[in-house]
Order: sequence, then C-alpha cells, then structure tokens
Amino acid sequence: MAKIIAGIGTSHVPSIGVVHDQGRHDEPDWKPLFDAYGPVKKWLNEIKPDIAIVVYNDHGCDFFFDKYPTFAIGAAEKYEVGDEGWGRRPLPAFAGNPDFSWHLCNSLVYDEFDITVCQEMAVEHGFMVPMHLCWDHNDTWPVQVVPVAVNVIQHPLPTALRCWKLGQAIRRAVESCPDDLKVVILGTGGMSHQLNGARFGHLNTDFDKDFLDKIEADPMALTEMTHQHIMEEAGAEAVELIMWLTMRGALSSDVSRVHRNYYAPMTTGMGLIAMEDACLNRLT
Amino acid sequence: MTEQVDKSRPIENTTVFTSEETQRGYRLNKFAMSMCKPENREAFVEDEEAVLAAADLTETERQLIRDRDWRTIMDEHGGNIYMIIKIGAVIGHGLYQIGAHQRGETYEEFLSTRNAAGAR
Repeated sequence: MAKIIAGIGTSHVPSIGVVHDQGRHDEPDWKPLFDAYGPVKKWLNEIKPDIAIVVYNDHGCDFFFDKYPTFAIGAAEKYEVGDEGWGRRPLPAFAGNPDFSWHLCNSLVYDEFDITVCQEMAVEHGFMVPMHLCWDHNDTWPVQVVPVAVNVIQHPLPTALRCWKLGQAIRRAVESCPDDLKVVILGTGGMSHQLNGARFGHLNTDFDKDFLDKIEADPMALTEMTHQHIMEEAGAEAVELIMWLTMRGALSSDVSRVHRNYYAPMTTGMGLIAMEDACLNRLT
Repeated sequence: MTEQVDKSRPIENTTVFTSEETQRGYRLNKFAMSMCKPENREAFVEDEEAVLAAADLTETERQLIRDRDWRTIMDEHGGNIYMIIKIGAVIGHGLYQIGAHQRGETYEEFLSTRNAAGAR
C-alpha cells in the first residue's frame, strides 16, 4: 500500500530559479538560502520517495482568468517546463505517473473533492523552484511528480480549512492505493510578501516564524485563519501559505521535524520545514 | 459561511484581487498573458505601437502601458502583478523596478530598504 512518508513546506520565489539557472548559489546573499536545502537533499536521498505531490499555484503560465480552477491535478505522463513570459527555463521535463494520478483523482472526487483533472499541464516557478531546491537533476529528476494547483491569486480562494481537508483527502487517496509507493508531499509558496500597491515589500518575520512553529505543532490553529487575517498580517500574496496546510493535512498528527530554515533577504520570507511522518519508521 | 475578505477593513496601500478587480483588469491582464508566447514578445519589442493598436485594450489602458505606469495599472485598473510583470519583462522592468514604482521610490531607494539586496 502507498504511504505518505514525509512533508515539506517551502517558499517558491521565482528569483531563486534565475539564480539556480545562472549557477549563482554561492553568492553571499544567496548562500544562506541554498545551504539550508543541502540537508534536505541528503535526507530525501536517504528516504527515497517514489513520488512527490507538489501543491503550488499557477501564476499565469498554463492557467488564466478565463478559466481558473480552484483545485487542479495533473494526470500526465510528462509535465513540460512552461513559458511564464521570459522563455522556458533549461530544466528537464518532469515524469508523471498517470495511474497513480488517476487513482488520486478517482478517490478525491468520490470523497467529494471535485478537482479539475489535467492530462496536459505545463509547470512553472511555483512548482519548479521547490523541485530544484529539494532534488538534484541532470537530464531527469529522481522522483515522479503529481502537480496539484490551487487558486490562491483570484478571490474567492478556498479557505485555509478547505486546503487542510484537501490534504486529509489526499492522504486517504494515497493510502487506498494498492501499489507499494513512498510519497512525499510539498506545500509551497509564501511566506510573508506583498507585490501590489505601495505596500510592496511588506514582510512580517514574527508571523512567519509563528507559522513555522504552528505548521509543525499546532496546524489546526492555522486552519482558523481567514484570508483577511493573513493578508493584514503578512501581505496580500502571503495567502499562498494556505497551500502548506494541504501538505500538513496529508501527514498524520505524529510527525517529527527534520529541518527548518528562515531567511528574508528581499521581499519574501523564505521558509522551509521538513517533517517525517511516523509511518516512515514502520516502513524501514 | 465565514467571510474571508472583509471589505469593512481595507488594508492600507493594498488592492485585494477580488471579483471587482479581475473583471476591471481582464483586458490588461489578458494582454499581459499573451506575452507568454515568444512571437508576441518579439512583435512587442519590434513595434510596440502596432501591438498595442491591435490589442483589445481601451486607449486609457494603452497609454498606461506606454507610460509604464505600473502603480496606476495595479491600483486603479485591476492589474494583477503576476500578469503585468510579463509586460515588464519584455520592456526590461523587473519585479523590483515595478515594486519601487508602486512605492513611489527609485530603484536604489527601494533596494536600500531590504535586508540583503544582493539576493535578487
């Protein structure tokens, strides 16, 4: 039976992608960010997940406001690198697992999560930056992927609690899969940031650190936050953080944190937390 | 039902991208989205006026793009930063230049407010 063995919360700031492509990881102002992911890469190489479910938002790459799905899931053989307006990044395409994706989709819809199923899906920085922060790549990636896109940019957005419940439904879906697969789930985006208006550049380090505490130890408290509260405290674009609740909702209550980092150099609180699910010990 | 966006508590210097904004900004955001195609970017760089003339935009919206008036686009015309930044990229205005404009600062002034401005 398939198992969710671990969860990762991570920011997906697009400038990280530019720096990655240009090989500028060791520049003084970037090194603290990239160094924090070294232990995560090593840990993932040890626990060797087969599949990564990546919860992210599309910032106008494959989806536009003509039709913008609240929740969309990839069910493709392969996910191509999309063009967000500055050309396709030099990264390999991502291998999917259609059988596993369709299993998730069946389970989610019959569990009353009416997601949009995508047999073609171009992925973008929200998805790709976490991937290359957490895994090395050459011509391929060492893990298959399931992209899960959430509307966190055009209100009305799903509530924080709804995102948490999606995570719980993903857990039920994974655990009902008969294949012997190890799954890691990533919740991406945030932390505090605002990109519109004269409040551009708003950061709230205290909010971010409290969120990192609670996502580990008291996630239910976070599900009570309204979008208004998150936006007032942490900036209009910080609502992306509700996607971390999908990750946390897919884990059991029995988790142990293996890594945590926080760095806020420019306009976004860049957070990282990695947690192992207790089930991992029973597997190994 | 819990209201998630409380209009009685406007957030200072912030436009929340609600149904009103996405309707108001639909043409501008759709034009920006068209910059995801390389041929449209090339055409814009080659002859901006011709591309603007052919686009489904009002004359006011065309002028806002000519003026690179990011702040007004975002504050008053429903521009969504994730879309509008695609126009900026073609013109050579990155996120932080657009941000500085919205704050009413020069690029250098804005950078001086950051914790580690080399991380860009």
